[in-house]
Amino acid sequence: MKTLSFHPDDAVHAFITTIPHVSYGEGPLCGMTVAVKDNISTKGIETTCASRILKGYIPPYDAHVITLLRNAGAAIVGKTNMDEFGMGTTTENSAFGPTYNPLDHSRVPGGSSGGSAAAVAAGLVDCAIGSDTGGSIRCPAAFCGIVGLKPTYGRVSRYGLIAYANSLEQIGPMARDVGTLSRLFSVLAGYDRRDATSVDKPYTHTPCADIKGLKVGVPREFFGEGVNPQVADVVRQAIETLKSLGAQAIPCTIPSMKYALAAYYVTCTSEASSNLARFDGVRYGPPITSMKSWHDAFSDQRKAGFGKEVRRRIMLGTFSLAAGYYGRYYHKAQTARQMVRNDFDRIFKEVDVIAGPTMPDIAFKFGEKSDPLQMYLSDILTVPANLAGVPALSVPCGTVDSMPVGLQLIGRYFEEERIIDAAYAFEQEVA
Amino acid sequence: MITSEDVRKISKLADVGIDDSEISEFTAQCSGILNYFAILDGLDQDVPFIRERYNVLRDDEVCPSLTQEESLQNAGHTEKGYFKAPRVM
Repeated sequence: MKTLSFHPDDAVHAFITTIPHVSYGEGPLCGMTVAVKDNISTKGIETTCASRILKGYIPPYDAHVITLLRNAGAAIVGKTNMDEFGMGTTTENSAFGPTYNPLDHSRVPGGSSGGSAAAVAAGLVDCAIGSDTGGSIRCPAAFCGIVGLKPTYGRVSRYGLIAYANSLEQIGPMARDVGTLSRLFSVLAGYDRRDATSVDKPYTHTPCADIKGLKVGVPREFFGEGVNPQVADVVRQAIETLKSLGAQAIPCTIPSMKYALAAYYVTCTSEASSNLARFDGVRYGPPITSMKSWHDAFSDQRKAGFGKEVRRRIMLGTFSLAAGYYGRYYHKAQTARQMVRNDFDRIFKEVDVIAGPTMPDIAFKFGEKSDPLQMYLSDILTVPANLAGVPALSVPCGTVDSMPVGLQLIGRYFEEERIIDAAYAFEQEVA
Repeated sequence: MITSEDVRKISKLADVGIDDSEISEFTAQCSGILNYFAILDGLDQDVPFIRERYNVLRDDEVCPSLTQEESLQNAGHTEKGYFKAPRVM
């Protein structure tokens, strides 16, 4: 085993925990420094999900991806800041305070994997892993000007990822360039019997910049109402670049986008209300000290331990699943989810990848979005891929007001190779 | 639209607690969000789901898992090798 010292100048507050002396072995990622989002379990290293309710929690086991990273020789140097339990778009919802965008400290890094993105963008680490429930890898990648991939649902094991919305989320790689992202993904992807949704689809691809003949779908809805016209222009230019490399752009529509955001928030809050029921101070987290009875003690514990956004989402999910409301909310959301899948299936018969902006705007100023619904609306372009389970990545494609804009590329199920090639071709062309 | 009474009731059901000072804020925000969710009302419930899910089962054999000590290491209160929870009554 070799060791390295890690003492970053963390001016952007990317880390919750850093590991000053790290051991690592041989392997394809030998000595590469990797930052890990703090909702991924690391044996012996505090894992908080950026929540007071998990302060002091030391996982007794490693997530499957952590075992894979260690076996590949990666040096896991720290745990990164995030929106509490992954619930947010800015990393402002952290019990440990916000992370700053390395490119402009008055702006958010995006979320919820904001610490991972900022650590990579600030050059503190070689690469990072995050998790993406409704855009939580792609949004901060876009806002910080790096590359981030949400894999196909099932391609990366979720064993050891502290669950927020199981049916939507995936762990994925984040890096400054597509080649590094691809190397990291080749370590993460593969079968794990401990995740019942795991699919045996390893990734062994080397990025290839030849995209002649690639059919690129351009959905009208990704350039419509709510999207900053300057962001839309930068992304249209990026699609022109893909065309200049031999790709063909084909207009398409995703009519179910109208329902996607509501379907996403009903589904994720419902799953959250169930998943987060386990945080009661009995098995982990700060101990209950009151002598009150069961429900009163739990309520006090959870009110003190969860931030407002987490409590809001648990309440919304509890409401959506309540007797008398289930048919109106949860069931209808699943109908909409199927419509989104159907739209992707239809479009992917005609095109190989779909391209559009990752986010409707550049990184927000701190406090700019104080109303929760307005914040939720900024996820509109990223949630469709989670609802359908298809892979999607964000690659930097230009700037607006000196802040980066992300080009989002969405692919068919288990065709990460194709969107990675398209991103690589673009990156090589504009480098 | 939900009322402050609804919010009180849900916070109790979900065991997340609520202070009187938070009621109006949570009521307004949750109402706004639920109004937005009403876009789903217009959907036909009869869209067929394509269920590609199947159960993943294994033989009922003992596999390596956490020890009792590891399972209890993060608990605030334990007694005789068990988790200790608040009283029920």
